[in-house]
Amino acid sequence: MTIASKKAAYVRGIRDGAPFLLVVLPFGVLFGVVGAEAGLDLAQVMGFSVLVIAGASQFTALQLMSEHAPTVIVLLTSLAVNLRMAMYSASLTPHLGKLPLWQRAIAAYFLVDQTYLVSATEFERRPTMPLPDRFAYFMGAVTPVCPFWYVGTYLGAGVGASIPDGLAIDFALPLTFIAMIAPALRSAAHVLAALVSVAVALALAFLPYSLGLLCAAAAAMAAGAQMELWLERRRRKEGAA
Amino acid sequence: MIDETYNVWLVIVLLGLGTYLVRFSFLGLLGRRALPEWVLRHLRYTPVAVMPGLVAPLVLWPAATDGATDPARLAAALVTLGVGLKTRNVLLSILLGGLTLYLGLYIGG
Repeated sequence: MTIASKKAAYVRGIRDGAPFLLVVLPFGVLFGVVGAEAGLDLAQVMGFSVLVIAGASQFTALQLMSEHAPTVIVLLTSLAVNLRMAMYSASLTPHLGKLPLWQRAIAAYFLVDQTYLVSATEFERRPTMPLPDRFAYFMGAVTPVCPFWYVGTYLGAGVGASIPDGLAIDFALPLTFIAMIAPALRSAAHVLAALVSVAVALALAFLPYSLGLLCAAAAAMAAGAQMELWLERRRRKEGAA
Repeated sequence: MIDETYNVWLVIVLLGLGTYLVRFSFLGLLGRRALPEWVLRHLRYTPVAVMPGLVAPLVLWPAATDGATDPARLAAALVTLGVGLKTRNVLLSILLGGLTLYLGLYIGG
């Protein structure tokens, strides 16, 4: 019974993560191409994708090294891009926090934008899901995403500079994120949070080290939480009247 | 080009280690601690708080056009958002957004 439900959860995770394969793969190819063009060897390009496994920060590191930034700045800036993952980690803790340490260590390694979004949405929708099923679901979501990040990187490093600019492969990342955001706009509070995030991120885009994005995220979370409280209070008042 | 003075492996290993620690932070170190209600209320909004802010500058000021707003990319973003809101289908929105992008780039020459 539990093995069957674990397997079902794993398969459901694969299904929910599968759409991102079509974007993770070309994006991995793009990183491989850009890395090879910047003068990294195959082992270094693969080293980035396997050890860091975070596209945006990998591109940031490449870009800054190409601009001859000091190593400390390269590290700080690329790491700042990944600080959002602390929020992912915190956000999944109520759902996965009681797993054995080794499973949490594995989940942490595979905690990327796509696996987070897919599983956070699922865990919110099914709060009664048994703990082992949650890990199975998460690893299901990992399956069509993370391995293809490595594969894409490998292919890209091989293809090198022969991809034409006209393919506009750079826009795969924004389109993926937008496609992920849209279904997450479930309530007025979620919409408000998204709008605040956009407004603050654009207004503070001049700040270095992705600090603008961090401020935007903090402001947006506060806005969403306050809106939720306000809606709750209003509902309660209407219920009482 | 990345010049020879960099210890690229040092960057890779330290960035990998730092990123892992960020991911492991709450899951690994605070794992069994219950989070208070107000924290949970804020965390509910993390996806919609981070991703729109991450995407907005990429849409308005793409690096591929040196930061100049590109009608094709803007249209593609709006189509993706519209289809996503209407259908909640991630793959379909990416496909139609990508189609819009290529159509726009073709028309724009």
